[in-house]
Amino acid sequence: MSNIKKGTSRERNEFMWGWLFILPTMIGLIILNIIPIFQTIWESFFKTGDFGRGNIFIGAENYIRLFKDAEVWQSVLNTFKYAIVEVPFSIALSLVLAVLLNRKMKGVSTYRTIFFLPMVAAPAAVAMVWRWLFNTEFGLLNHIFGGNVQWISDPKIAVFSIAVIGIWSIIGYNMVLFLAGLQEIPRDYYEAADIDGANGIEQFFNITVPLLSPTIFFVSITRIIGGLQVFDLIFMVMDKNNPALYKTQSIVYLFYQNSFVENNKGYGSTIVVLLIAIIMVITVFQMIAQKKWVYYN
Amino acid sequence: MEQRAKITTVVIHLILVLVSITMLVPFVWMALTAFKSMTEATSVNPFVIFPSVWRTENFTTVINNMDFPILYLNTLLLIAGRVIAAVLTATLAGYAFARLEFRGKNFMFSLILFQMMVPGQIYIIPQYLMVSKMGQLNTIFALVFPGLVTAFGTFLLRQAYMGLPRDLEEAARLDGCNIGQTFLWIMAPLTQSSMVALGIFTAVFAYKDLMWPLICNRDVMPLSAALAKMQGQYTNNYPQLMAASLLACIPMIVLYLIFQKQFVEGIATSGGKL
Repeated sequence: MSNIKKGTSRERNEFMWGWLFILPTMIGLIILNIIPIFQTIWESFFKTGDFGRGNIFIGAENYIRLFKDAEVWQSVLNTFKYAIVEVPFSIALSLVLAVLLNRKMKGVSTYRTIFFLPMVAAPAAVAMVWRWLFNTEFGLLNHIFGGNVQWISDPKIAVFSIAVIGIWSIIGYNMVLFLAGLQEIPRDYYEAADIDGANGIEQFFNITVPLLSPTIFFVSITRIIGGLQVFDLIFMVMDKNNPALYKTQSIVYLFYQNSFVENNKGYGSTIVVLLIAIIMVITVFQMIAQKKWVYYN
Repeated sequence: MEQRAKITTVVIHLILVLVSITMLVPFVWMALTAFKSMTEATSVNPFVIFPSVWRTENFTTVINNMDFPILYLNTLLLIAGRVIAAVLTATLAGYAFARLEFRGKNFMFSLILFQMMVPGQIYIIPQYLMVSKMGQLNTIFALVFPGLVTAFGTFLLRQAYMGLPRDLEEAARLDGCNIGQTFLWIMAPLTQSSMVALGIFTAVFAYKDLMWPLICNRDVMPLSAALAKMQGQYTNNYPQLMAASLLACIPMIVLYLIFQKQFVEGIATSGGKL
């Protein structure tokens, strides 16, 4: 009898302390995040009235407009183009760099420090200096390669130039995640492969890639989601009167423009809902596909 | 065999040096341009790499025009506000989710996981409307606001507490500590490294945040938003733009070079545990 009583008082005690501890986080989370999810979805059925007339319910009109809006679909295409270049290249390059750095060698920590440097630079500053490097007339790149390439104003290539900045910015971060994953692979595997006469490239594809596949999967999922949300670089690199703007503006860029420049928060919300739908579909596909190539111990 | 190993090492160094140069060139070019005059920066024939005189005018101009001391202060307050709030709330909640049993815990934790999966843009319009309704637009509070709590940090700290041995807690309880005392004196100090990791992670991302400061504040700006605004005004004065960029980057880079290990581990382990 006394045991049961003791048990319940302990339970009550943990209940009280538990809720006390999580309360600040949960109140904040519900106000800042959970309710806003529903508000944004709700808002996507409204048109923000001009001159403070408040919100007008317009049903599915924003969605109808969205499906007919060529600018939106162009931005979806631009975002995909950006992600298709940034994600695989940044992952492949950082994987190779991580493998090269994963050995006892002089200078490893210096290289790591240098590669990681862009992670701590403000994206606004990064975008500005790359804009300057890409400058057609006075830029360092055209000077070195002796060309006259319009890196960021030619609609055909601008989005890829921006992806180059994206790759440069993220390589160090991916690399550090891969390095952490590489440290978990037992050395014996490589020693055994050495005895069997496998060369470095064979070892890379037969040992490193399969054993690192959970990390590769994790990095690619977060990178794809990050790539689809690209905003800072495009906002900073592309001027309003840049002829390539239409072919580079991303989904989030259009969200920003519609919500906070043109002040139509209803339509802005509709664009966010589209973004989330796209990210969800792609993530689900990746989850299904991982069963085919990710190797868990 | 010896010979081959040596060649391999040389080739690896060669590749790594080339990549290092690629990573550093933008920073070096930023610095070189910042010391140039406009004429030097836009001279094509001959192409000027090093400024003839190391001018500091660009720096003095942007420091005065943009009021850099205030920008540093705003950025510092933004970072401090978000770091303190995140570490404090996440430590408390992380402990409860890891070690206490109470009704409603699983549902609340599922909300944490749910928040981590939803792309952040969905929160922005309602958060803006809240700040606006509170009449707090254009304040430091507005800058800190979206970072008052952190689902991700809570998750990170929960993982840290789950990795600690249980006997410590049992011993403290037997000695008569209540749950609050056990947490404060025994458990929380053991997760210091995770708190530091979360703090650095939060600081770097607060510093890099661009869209939210652009939206909520017109005057009380952190460095990121001020750079964006400046680019709109002095579109083509690259020496000045580069001077401002350099001034904006230097504090974080210096901190990074001093606390390299903590930075890399903080950002990467935080990211890696997500």
